Amino acid sequence: MATNNGHEGNGRGRAGLDGEGAKTPQDLKVVGKPFRKVDARSKCVGATKFADDISLPRMLYCKILRSHVPHARIKSIDCSKALALPGVHACITGKDLPVPYGILPVSQDETALCVEKVRFIGDPVAAVAAVDEDTAFDAMNLIEVEYEPLAAVATIEEAVETSEPRIHEYGDYNNVHKTVHLEFGDMDEGFGEADVVREDTFFYEGNTHLPMEQHAAVAHFDADGKITLWSSTQTPHYVHRALAKTLQMPAAHIRVIATPNGGGFGGKSDPFNHEIVVCELSRRTKRPVKVTLTREEVFYCHRGRHPVLMKSRIGVKKDGSITALDFQSFLDGGAYGSYGVASTFYTGALQTVTYDVPRYRFRGLRAFTNKPPCGPKRGHGTPQPRFALEVQLDKVAEELKLDPAEMRLKHLVKPDTVTANYLRVGSIGLGACIEKVVEGSDWKNKFKKLPEGRGFGIACSSYICGAGLPIYWNSMPHSGVQLRLDRQGGVCVQCGSTDIGQGSDSVLAYVVAEILGIDPFDIRVVTADTDLTPVDLGSYSSRVTLMTGNAAIQAAERARELLAKAVAEKLSVPVDNLSFAERRVFDVENPEVGVSFAEAVVLAESKFGTIGTVGSYVPPRAPGRFKGAGVGPSPAYSYSVAVAEVEVDVETGYVNVPRIWVAHDIGKSINPMLVMGQVEGSIYMGLGEALMEEMVYRENRNVVHKFPSLLEYKSPTTLEMCDVFTYLVEDADPNGPFGAKEVGQGPLLPVMPAIANAVYDAVGVRIDEVPITPEKVLAALRAKRQGKDARFGPTRVPSPDWPDPLKVLTPAEGGDGKEMPRVAVHS
Amino acid sequence: MMRLPKFAYLVPKMVGEAARMMGEAGPAGQFVAGGTDLYPNMKRRQQTPRTVISVGRLQELRRIEGDGREGLRIGAGVSLTELIEHPVVNRDYPSVARAARLISTPTLRNMGTVGGNLLLDTRCNYYDQNFEWRKGINFCLKKDGDVCWVAPGSAKCWAVQSSDLVPLMVAIGARLRLVSTVGDRLVEARGFYNDDGIDYLRKRPDELLAEIHLPPAAGWRAVYKKLRRRGAFDFPVLGVAARVDGADGGAVEAARVVLGGIAPAPLEVEAAGAALTGSTLDDETISAAAEACYLRARPLDNTDHLMNYRKQMARPFVLRALRELAEGRWQ
Repeated sequence: MATNNGHEGNGRGRAGLDGEGAKTPQDLKVVGKPFRKVDARSKCVGATKFADDISLPRMLYCKILRSHVPHARIKSIDCSKALALPGVHACITGKDLPVPYGILPVSQDETALCVEKVRFIGDPVAAVAAVDEDTAFDAMNLIEVEYEPLAAVATIEEAVETSEPRIHEYGDYNNVHKTVHLEFGDMDEGFGEADVVREDTFFYEGNTHLPMEQHAAVAHFDADGKITLWSSTQTPHYVHRALAKTLQMPAAHIRVIATPNGGGFGGKSDPFNHEIVVCELSRRTKRPVKVTLTREEVFYCHRGRHPVLMKSRIGVKKDGSITALDFQSFLDGGAYGSYGVASTFYTGALQTVTYDVPRYRFRGLRAFTNKPPCGPKRGHGTPQPRFALEVQLDKVAEELKLDPAEMRLKHLVKPDTVTANYLRVGSIGLGACIEKVVEGSDWKNKFKKLPEGRGFGIACSSYICGAGLPIYWNSMPHSGVQLRLDRQGGVCVQCGSTDIGQGSDSVLAYVVAEILGIDPFDIRVVTADTDLTPVDLGSYSSRVTLMTGNAAIQAAERARELLAKAVAEKLSVPVDNLSFAERRVFDVENPEVGVSFAEAVVLAESKFGTIGTVGSYVPPRAPGRFKGAGVGPSPAYSYSVAVAEVEVDVETGYVNVPRIWVAHDIGKSINPMLVMGQVEGSIYMGLGEALMEEMVYRENRNVVHKFPSLLEYKSPTTLEMCDVFTYLVEDADPNGPFGAKEVGQGPLLPVMPAIANAVYDAVGVRIDEVPITPEKVLAALRAKRQGKDARFGPTRVPSPDWPDPLKVLTPAEGGDGKEMPRVAVHS
Repeated sequence: MMRLPKFAYLVPKMVGEAARMMGEAGPAGQFVAGGTDLYPNMKRRQQTPRTVISVGRLQELRRIEGDGREGLRIGAGVSLTELIEHPVVNRDYPSVARAARLISTPTLRNMGTVGGNLLLDTRCNYYDQNFEWRKGINFCLKKDGDVCWVAPGSAKCWAVQSSDLVPLMVAIGARLRLVSTVGDRLVEARGFYNDDGIDYLRKRPDELLAEIHLPPAAGWRAVYKKLRRRGAFDFPVLGVAARVDGADGGAVEAARVVLGGIAPAPLEVEAAGAALTGSTLDDETISAAAEACYLRARPLDNTDHLMNYRKQMARPFVLRALRELAEGRWQ
């Protein structure tokens, strides 16, 4: 591992913290060290209890009948035969749970079970609870549903053009869910300054999260009228809110516990119909009810990567500096809103935080189609535009005869900048990342210098470290941590954050252990339980380390202050002389003068009463003031760069990726081993997206998912995994805990464009589409041989009715982040 | 999760007993060995036998006897892992060991058997789906429906022969011993498969595949190549098996090229065999054989990869297979 440890990070940039003397990196005892995860042993020996492992006395099993037609009105549902089956305790339909919900306040368009209409194959229609799974399965098949079919909408183009039938009653027009049009700066002036203007179109196919663990949930409505839901979720807080709304119960009577999670990647970030359904079935039967989805049902839950068609117009000067960027994206959203409005904005948000883009226009459109709904998958809405931008820049470099690595390096966003679209970039370690992979991969001797069939490609990227705004409007903290100190010397950290395998429980323990000078394995971590833990918004948007980390620092520093006061009094030394390390509190000038950590707690408890502290975190206010400024701002941005090496078999079109060099600007590693794990996992997921994964449907056969199975939805095996050389760049960010930034999502982003660019270097064809399948490579090679455009990809995008642009002057133009007054133009 | 339907499970101790049980079970009976194909299919309700007769533990079916001099007799219940690791198979029939090594994954090869692989149900991505999915397309000809969605005008089912061993066994001239209550018979693998996705075996339902007989190993060599998306798990969406007779480096006395994974039955391309016969496997004849295979390969859109791509791949895959034989890289 290479590190660039030039900066000291201690989280002191946060306001209002009662921090004491800063520790220098050499002083850190826990942070930055490769400790094992706090739950590692349980996971390794199979002792971890996932949602499906929960079994309660008298528990019933739930099965959900799903629509087998893509779009229809429900004429009738008859549950009588199902209810007559011995062993069946309840059967419910949409009428029993009619209150709509949805993750975003603007898209409350789902019901737990369809009420009037079904909108895709897999939409839930009715549910049963029975004594065992077999009985529930038989009962499910006895439910009789009569449908009145409606025409199905299968593509973005159809959605834009089809006025009837509409999949939803709301949305911009026809089957267009949402359109966005933002303009920052004078675009004509920008393109006027350009020496070269390029227009390219790209397509990024949809793909899904593919967690090993299928979604599962157990609900228990107890004799006291309170309900507990155990669920494999990334966002227990939002599930809590959705349950209160749909069950029409006080939230105070509902407890949501996120169970240890066998993989999320964004696929468990929505409140799901099966979670609401088991609660209702438990409320009716007064017995615990469990549901475990089949793998096919997980494909229907989806909420994965949106398929996005894109057109990018870029103006550049001869030195490769960008003068203007005009970006359009068209998202196939599937049947419901989910996070889609946010996804749409994200396809236009982060183009500006890597290289200086002085003027920027973004138009985005999300369509409703009769397919499983799309939502957030690792990188949420940003891998698609990043693919387009990085491939386009490769073409720009080619056209200008510049080295694509050097060209990027020259035009990076400067630290502490506000971009044209009002994103405040703090630290930026992107330049160091480029230098690392260029050197590590021997780029200068490889790029354009390898024999036909072998190639190198480079791409950069950036990702947010937590969304600047919560999903529902409020001014409360995004993350809260409660600390309880035991007089025996134990420390309990309570936080609503949800460990989905990324190690967030461990990060809490490391941070608190560092500040209190104890061993992280002395700490009990209680998380993701709405009864026991303060709210954390959930494991999405790469927010957890930064936000819970800062909240945990605040809580721990407050506890340390109480302990220090009590110990100082006892030892008669100044508070400032006390140091916390190795489970002791001692005088730095006379280290033998001190007490054990447990004694310190006893002293503090004697002096102040029971010792408990809290900490919380609110992100800084973002500079943008226009409508739509809520998506993109973040306390910090992480940066990643990848160099991919490929081998292309020109007879079969197969692309093999033997090696990837990746550098990630992590700010500061709380645990470098976990950081490396996230980087390598991202590369693995990226290879799948780049080369084979696709959620595809048979448009001429009822828009049925082509292959909702682990066998036929092709995802790489370990045999396809490449060697990975990882470099961590530590450019501490003042907003990060100890300077830390995110790593869960960012390193995925450069993989796909780096591979596409490497394919071009290898065989001279552009695959402007992912996945880069052998069929596409061969088609492009054939076009090249025939003297046609040596590429594979879309050639056009729809021309919808865009709304008038919302115009904002850029900071360079003297803008204040507010929308310019609209000038009425009559045509 | 998906659950198995209810069924009676019988465990005979002798081959004769197994045959008798099957006679009694009638059409609702089904033999099972490793179960790696049958049980997932039952969970998806593609196959719904009421009686499942396990032959996996019949010792008579778990032997490998003979050698390359006299020929090899492989019990149908031998696991694919046992086959791959068997020293005589590796020494005298390396192509068989190599083809078996390309099947699925190590864990599934531990369970799956040689016999099961040779009898593998034909596959199609309109058919290898669970009950609810198939309901969405109103089912298909092979199970519960009346249309073949791959070729809606067709009276025939186009599900694909998807075993890696089948094309090779057909190419090398293996024979299969079938046992039933009415006696034994030994049939050529070459005539055993039917070009119909539903009625894909020329075998009575009550017959048990007991043994696979490989011919003596002298005087020929063989090779198998497989197209699939990934290095593990995936079924072949094109398989190329080739056998050439004659001394290594000398003139080819006879040749057989068989394509798998593109039609309900393995497809022998006679023109390719004819092109190779008499040649020394020079580039020109190899190209001619590859071209003949390309012309005969007519896959449809019911597996991974686009159908035209699978057809196109016949050329390079046959070329590569035959080059291996020509260059002595087959062993």
